[in-house]
Amino acid sequence: MTSVDLARSPDDVAPAPRRFRLRWPSMARTPLVKLSLVGLLVLILIALFGRYAAPYSPTALESVPYSPPSRHFLLGTDFLGRDVLSRVLYGGRSVLVVAGTATTLAYVFGLTIGLLSGFNRSWLDATLMRTMDVLLAFPPILFILVLAAGAGAGATMLIVGIAVVHVPSIARVVRAAALDVSVHGYVEAAVARGDATRHILFREMLPNISSPVAADLGPRVTISILLVAGVNFLGLGLAPPSPDWAIAVAENRSGLGIQVWAVLGPAAMIAALTFVTNVVADATARSLGRNETREATPL
Amino acid sequence: MTGELTVRGLTIEVASGANIVDSVDLHVPAGAVLGIVGESGSGKSTVGLGLLGFAKPGARIAAGSVQIGGVEMIGVSDQELRSRRGTLVSYVPQDPATALNPSMRVGEQVAELVRYHTSLGERARLASVIDTLRRVQLPTDVAFLRRYPHQLSGGQQQRLAIGIALSCSPDLVVLDEPTTGLDVVTQAHILDEVRRLGAETGVTFVYISHDLAAVAAVAAVVAVMYAGEIVEEAAIDVLVTQPRHPYTRGLVASVPDHVTALALKGIPGVAVGVGGRRITGCQFRDRCVQRIGRCDDHKPLLEPVGSDAWVRCHAFENTPRVEVHEREINAERRNGAASLLVVEDLRAEHRSPRGPCVVAAADVSFEIASGECVALVGESGSGKSTIARCIAGLHPPVGGSITLGGERLEGIARKRSKQQRRALQLIFQNPYDSLNPRHTIESSLVWSAKQLRGVPAEEARREVAELLNTVQLPARTGALYPAELSGGERQRAVIARALAAHPDLLVCDEVTSALDVSVQAAVIELLLGLQRDLDLTILFITHDLGVVASIADRVLVLERGVVLEQGPVTQVLNHPVDVYTQRLIAAAPRLNDRPIAPAPRVVNETLHGV
Repeated sequence: MTSVDLARSPDDVAPAPRRFRLRWPSMARTPLVKLSLVGLLVLILIALFGRYAAPYSPTALESVPYSPPSRHFLLGTDFLGRDVLSRVLYGGRSVLVVAGTATTLAYVFGLTIGLLSGFNRSWLDATLMRTMDVLLAFPPILFILVLAAGAGAGATMLIVGIAVVHVPSIARVVRAAALDVSVHGYVEAAVARGDATRHILFREMLPNISSPVAADLGPRVTISILLVAGVNFLGLGLAPPSPDWAIAVAENRSGLGIQVWAVLGPAAMIAALTFVTNVVADATARSLGRNETREATPL
Repeated sequence: MTGELTVRGLTIEVASGANIVDSVDLHVPAGAVLGIVGESGSGKSTVGLGLLGFAKPGARIAAGSVQIGGVEMIGVSDQELRSRRGTLVSYVPQDPATALNPSMRVGEQVAELVRYHTSLGERARLASVIDTLRRVQLPTDVAFLRRYPHQLSGGQQQRLAIGIALSCSPDLVVLDEPTTGLDVVTQAHILDEVRRLGAETGVTFVYISHDLAAVAAVAAVVAVMYAGEIVEEAAIDVLVTQPRHPYTRGLVASVPDHVTALALKGIPGVAVGVGGRRITGCQFRDRCVQRIGRCDDHKPLLEPVGSDAWVRCHAFENTPRVEVHEREINAERRNGAASLLVVEDLRAEHRSPRGPCVVAAADVSFEIASGECVALVGESGSGKSTIARCIAGLHPPVGGSITLGGERLEGIARKRSKQQRRALQLIFQNPYDSLNPRHTIESSLVWSAKQLRGVPAEEARREVAELLNTVQLPARTGALYPAELSGGERQRAVIARALAAHPDLLVCDEVTSALDVSVQAAVIELLLGLQRDLDLTILFITHDLGVVASIADRVLVLERGVVLEQGPVTQVLNHPVDVYTQRLIAAAPRLNDRPIAPAPRVVNETLHGV
C-alpha cells in the first residue's frame, strides 16, 4: 500500500509483550483473601439455597421458647420456639437480595451521574452536583425512616432508599476520577470523532476509572448490608414473621441471657458476610490497581 | 582549577540485577564541557546522577569510581556525600518548575544552599545570593528576591536553578536536559549562558541531552550512549561529520535542519534498554544495518580510534559516511490543486470565569491545497494548538469560518456531518495519552472505522492488518494494549487509527515532540510516504523549525495568535522577512553550526553530500 521503506520493521525488536488482564487467580494470593473468597461463596450459597437444607419450617413453633441447643435443635429455639438453625438458613436471602439490588442500582445511577458531571463541565455538572449535595445532607438512616414513613415499609422501599443513600457519594467519587480522565487525548479523540455521549462515558472513560471505583465498592456493599440489617432491626423493613437475620437479632435480644444462640447465630452471619465482602472487594480493587497501565513518561 | 572528572567503570544496576549503566568511562579536563547524548532509556540521566554518587531508588551503584578533582564519590558515606554535593559537584535537573521549591522565595531558595554549606553571616550571605543571581544574569533587586518560582518565566527558572548549582562554587556541574522544556529563543540564551560560564568560571560541565544539535552548541567532546553503554566518544566535529558507530550515524542522519530541508532517515526498531531488557553481544545489533556474525555473541569493546576518539563496534570501518540529501519540495503543487481547507478570519479565545480573556487566534486566515503539507510553526502560547483544536471541532471559535472541501464546518464536532468528521482526522501530541489504555489497538482501529465510515465490525476487523502494515507495524500489534508499545509504535498506531477513517486531511499537532529524534525521523518519513501514496493533505503543527523544513511544502509562522509570515518553506526559512521569524531561526541550534568549527564550509559539504 505504501512504498515507504524501513530497513527492518519494528516487529523484530518490539518489547516482550506484557498483557493487561484482570488477574483473578493471583488476586487471592494471601490466605486471608483465599479464606474470605471461600467464605463469601459459602455465605451466598447458604443465603440463596440454605433453605432447602433447613430441618424445620422457619415459621412453625417446634418447641418451647428459648430452648438451648440440643440434638433436635442444633442452635436451640427462639423467643416463639421456632428452630434458630432453620431461620438462619432461610434468613439470608432478604439481606443479600435487598443489599445486592440496592448497591447495583446505586452504581448504575451513581456512575452515570458522576461520569456525566465529570465529562460535561457545564451547567449540567453544577445542577447534578448540587442535587447530590442536597441528598448528602440527609443522614442515611433518617432518610430511610422518613421514606418508610411516607411510602410504607417493605423490600421495595428498602432497595430504593438504600440506593438513594449511596448515589451521591458514588457520583462524587466517580466525578473526581472522571475529571482526571476527561482531559486525556483518547477522550478528546472520541469527541472529535463525534461519538455519542454514552459511548464516550461508558466505552472510553469508565474502563479507566475502574480502580478508584472498585476501591470504593467493598465498604459500600458492607454499608448496604448493615443498612438493611439496621432498618430491619428497627422493624421498618421487612415485616417480622418473615425469617431475616436482622429481624431475628431484634426479636430475640430480650432472651440474650437465656438462649444466646438465638441472637449470636444470625448476628454472626451478618458479621461474617460484611467481613468477607470487604476483604474480597479490597483484594479486587488492589488487583485492578496493580494492573493499571503504568504509562511510560515521554522524554 | 582542579575540577577534572575521571569516571572508571561506572556500573549501575537495578534490583533485578540488570545493568542500566554498564562500565562507563569518562574523562573531562577541568573547565571543559562534555556532552552526553542518548535517547530515552539510554541511561544518560542515570550516569548524570551517578556522578553525584547517587542512584535513584530501586537502582544502586554496583561498581566503578567517580573522581572529581581527585576526590572519590563512590563508596563514601552518605554524610560525606551530602557535604560534597553543592560544593564539589552539583546538579541541574530537567524541569526547573519542579526542581525549585514552589513555596520558597527566590532569595531564600539560593540562600538555603549557601547556609547549609558555609558559615557566612546574614550580610555576607545576601552578598553571595546577589553575586549568584548576577552570575546567571538575573535581576538582583529586592522585588525579584521576594518572588516565588511560579512568578518567573521558564528561562528565568532554569537560570535560577543553574545559579543555585553554582552558588557554592563547585568544581563540576551536571546539567540534565536543562533546555528541553524551553522555547528555542530561551534555549539559545541558556546555551550561551553555559558556554559563558564555562569560559568565565572554569567549572567543568557535563551536559546531558537527547538533542544532538543543542549539545553541539556547548560541548567540545560528546559521548553517545545507547542501552547503558557509551558507544562512541569523539570531538563534536568528528562525531557529526564522520560518525563511526552506526547508531551515531543514524542519529546524525535523523537530526533535522532548518536551513537546509533534509530528507530524514530514522533508525528502525525500538531501543534496547527501554524496558530494562538487555541482550548478549552488541546491544545495537537488532537495529543495525551493518551487523556481522560476531555481533550476536561478542560484545564489542570501546576501542580507541585515532588519537581522541573511541568507538564500540566490531565493524566500524564499514560505517558509511553520513549521506544527507535535500528533499524535494512541492511548492508548485498548490497552483494546480483546489483548496481543501480554507480558514478565514478565525478568531479563538480562552475564557476563564475570573481570569482575563486570552486571544489564541486573531483573524487567522490560510488555505491548504489538496495534497499539500502546510506547517504551522510557533512557540508555546502562540495559539497553534488552539487553531488545530478549532479545526477539529474541539474548541468552538468565536469568529471566522473553517471550510473543508467547500463545506463550512460547525464549531463543535458533533454538529458536523459524519462525512465531515471522517474527512478530517486529528493526531495528538502525546502518543502516550491519545490511545485508550483499556482498548487493544485493534479495538481502537475498528471503532474508528465503524463510527466514521459505518462499516460493519467484521469488515473493519479484516482491514486492521493492512492498516497496521501501512504504518509499518506488524499485524500482531493489533492484539496489544498501548502500554505494551513504545512511543514511536504508539504514534504509528494513532496514525493508523486516523487512516482507518479514510481521511482527506490529517491535522498533526506536535506529533513528534514527545518522540526520540531517531523515532521522530521515522515518523516524518512515514507521514511523507502516506502523503505521497494516499494523496493526503497534512496540516503539521510544531515548534521545531528543523521538522518544518523536513516535512512541509509551505509554512505559516504564528505568534500570539497572529500569522506573521507565510510562504514556501525554503523561502521563509532562508529569507525570513519578519523580525520574529528571524529571531526564531537565529536561535534554533544547528548541528553544523558549532562554536569551534575548524572549517565550516567543508563540514557543510560533507554533511550534505553536495
